[in-house]
Amino acid sequence: MRSKQKMRIAAFSTVIAFVTTSGAALAQKKYDTGATDAEIKIGNIMPYSGPASAYGVIGKTEAAYFTKINAEGGIKGRKINFITYDDGYSPPKAVEQARKLVESDEVLLVFNPLGTPSNSAIQKYLNSKKVPQLFVATGATKWNDPKSFPWTMGWQPSYQSEARIYAKFLMKEKPDAKIAILYQNDDFGKDYLKGLKDGLGAKASAIVAEESYETTEPTIDGHIVKLKSTGADTFISITTPKFAAQAIKKLGEIEWKPLHIVSNVSASVGSVMKPAGFENSQGILSAAYAKDGADPQWDNDPGMKKFYAFLEKYYPEANKLDGSVVFGYGVAQTMAKVIEMCGDNLTRENVMKQAASLKDFAPDTLLPGVKINTSATDFAPIEQLQMMRFKGEKWELFGDIISGELSN
Amino acid sequence: MTLGYGTSLIMLALLLLVPLFVKNFIIFQLTMLLIYGLAVLALNILTGGSGQFSLGQSAFYAVGAYTSAILMEHAGMNYALTLPVAGLICFGFGFLFGQPALRLSGVYLALATFALATAMPQLLKLGYFEHWTGGVQGLVVTKPDAPFGLPISQDMWLYYFTLVITIAIYIFSVNLLQSRSGRALMAIRDNEIAASAMGVDVALYKTLAFGVSAGITGIAGGLGAIAVQFVAPDAYTITLAISLFLGMVVGGVGWLPGSIVGSAFIIFVPNIAEGISKGLSGAVFGVLLFLVIFLVPHGARQVAIVAQQLMGKLKRN
Repeated sequence: MRSKQKMRIAAFSTVIAFVTTSGAALAQKKYDTGATDAEIKIGNIMPYSGPASAYGVIGKTEAAYFTKINAEGGIKGRKINFITYDDGYSPPKAVEQARKLVESDEVLLVFNPLGTPSNSAIQKYLNSKKVPQLFVATGATKWNDPKSFPWTMGWQPSYQSEARIYAKFLMKEKPDAKIAILYQNDDFGKDYLKGLKDGLGAKASAIVAEESYETTEPTIDGHIVKLKSTGADTFISITTPKFAAQAIKKLGEIEWKPLHIVSNVSASVGSVMKPAGFENSQGILSAAYAKDGADPQWDNDPGMKKFYAFLEKYYPEANKLDGSVVFGYGVAQTMAKVIEMCGDNLTRENVMKQAASLKDFAPDTLLPGVKINTSATDFAPIEQLQMMRFKGEKWELFGDIISGELSN
Repeated sequence: MTLGYGTSLIMLALLLLVPLFVKNFIIFQLTMLLIYGLAVLALNILTGGSGQFSLGQSAFYAVGAYTSAILMEHAGMNYALTLPVAGLICFGFGFLFGQPALRLSGVYLALATFALATAMPQLLKLGYFEHWTGGVQGLVVTKPDAPFGLPISQDMWLYYFTLVITIAIYIFSVNLLQSRSGRALMAIRDNEIAASAMGVDVALYKTLAFGVSAGITGIAGGLGAIAVQFVAPDAYTITLAISLFLGMVVGGVGWLPGSIVGSAFIIFVPNIAEGISKGLSGAVFGVLLFLVIFLVPHGARQVAIVAQQLMGKLKRN
């Protein structure tokens, strides 16, 4: 029995060895698993179901973007085969899907998997397999760690760098602020809070109250009333869209008018400001790195024109007010750029090398002046944001592009 | 109550041999199948055996997973040794929870355990424990290599390791339910007053059932943490508890071999649903679940009985 088992294992491993070596022998142009003359397989994991299913739109936008690329002849003649699976925002399911992508579908890389818990769960596996985990869709700060995890890279500005920008702004514009903070009790909220406190540094005592809420709470009204009672004159709302809108509305109801900052995650006109009521939203501050699809000031912007044309042709049912659509387009464009830069050397190593050599790349949907830069020691593609103020029915950008770069 | 010898041997042979011929990814899925199977089995002992409902199994699963992960990563303990510890801690936890739960039955007990399941992820996030639990970021667990230099992959080793534990627990559970204690549990399930009139210590057996069930779930949780290599509060939400409950119903309440069928249902059917439609995967899953409940309300057990009757008829002809 045992020797039979051993023989089977031996036979099995020879088959594997044969398959992999014969693949390499064909390679004049240097390919790894998942790339051939005809196609490049890109894997992706999204929460199409479950508590975060609203983000599933990102996966759909990306799929549409790669359809566009294929319709235009692919990248250097190679078609993109975009394989996307649902993890329901559950880390164990994400591990299962990541393994399916790598071992069963044999993708070249895993692109833009969403969620901090899911990405944390698959990071070690992908790094040990040396499969790129590129442009993850989470703002946690830990993705910029090329020394420990050379196969993992983020994309959007990290929560901490965004929070530092608000800290910088407050120290300059309102040095005597009494700050009240409402944050979501998870990785997003806590990472953000840390950035804010680090940014304020010695001035962290300006924070007079902190309240946390759970995503399972039906309403956060109680927290708001409590924060108002502390007499704070500045309110920072580290919330996801549903709760950000609730907070804005409640502030209007109880006639509390502090300097109100909402995190970029919830700076959407369509899903936050409008439902909360424009009359309550006047004067709210936030920061952005991407253009808002709902904002008429970009109607004549060449980048956004390309974006609208894309939506019309390849994803007509998309809601252009949804920030996730803009996000999906920008990140897919960055991916395509990296594949283009790889040329005919489509090894996983070269993919990471090219992803770490982006210089002043500006996807169509980013704000003018915000550029993607990476290097072998900098795995944080976007680090710049611009402050904005809500006025009328749209955001008005003001001030310079600010870098929230973390000095380690 | 159990499978015949022939069927058991075929099942065992399949479980032993299939991993030799499939990819590592499928071996991983099979490992998860066994692990969830164990958790469903534990619920089956509680509900099928003693008639108590629980929607809080995810909490015990989480405690087991965190116990293993913390012992491995912070105390440097061998992974195999963490499992009995996880089992014992969860046994104690379940036993204690069983005390107040004694006063409740039916839907009220289900609600009390539901509270446990909703509270657990938040407890794990508490700043007070963050040093050990890693807070919201979770803990990464190192996957063990095969011992003694065996020439098999980590996945295959973990599979056989899990298989041995699963079989041991399965045999233990079958014997438990057939023993004096098992009969006492079933007497309680069928009629509590009659059972206590016969001299069964109702309170003791009910809490014991909770303890044993929690202990087995804890071991499953520990194995799950090792297989997935990661624990985070959001992995153990009420959704997990409901999945396990679903697995039990689909497998057949009170029929232990059905646990593995139920586990297969909760692992593979969502994948099938996703294959049919990405946008409507939840709805497709719902339809499939509805079909199962409508066509075979007693789950896999009913299918097995029908199959047995057919076999019997064939033999007679």
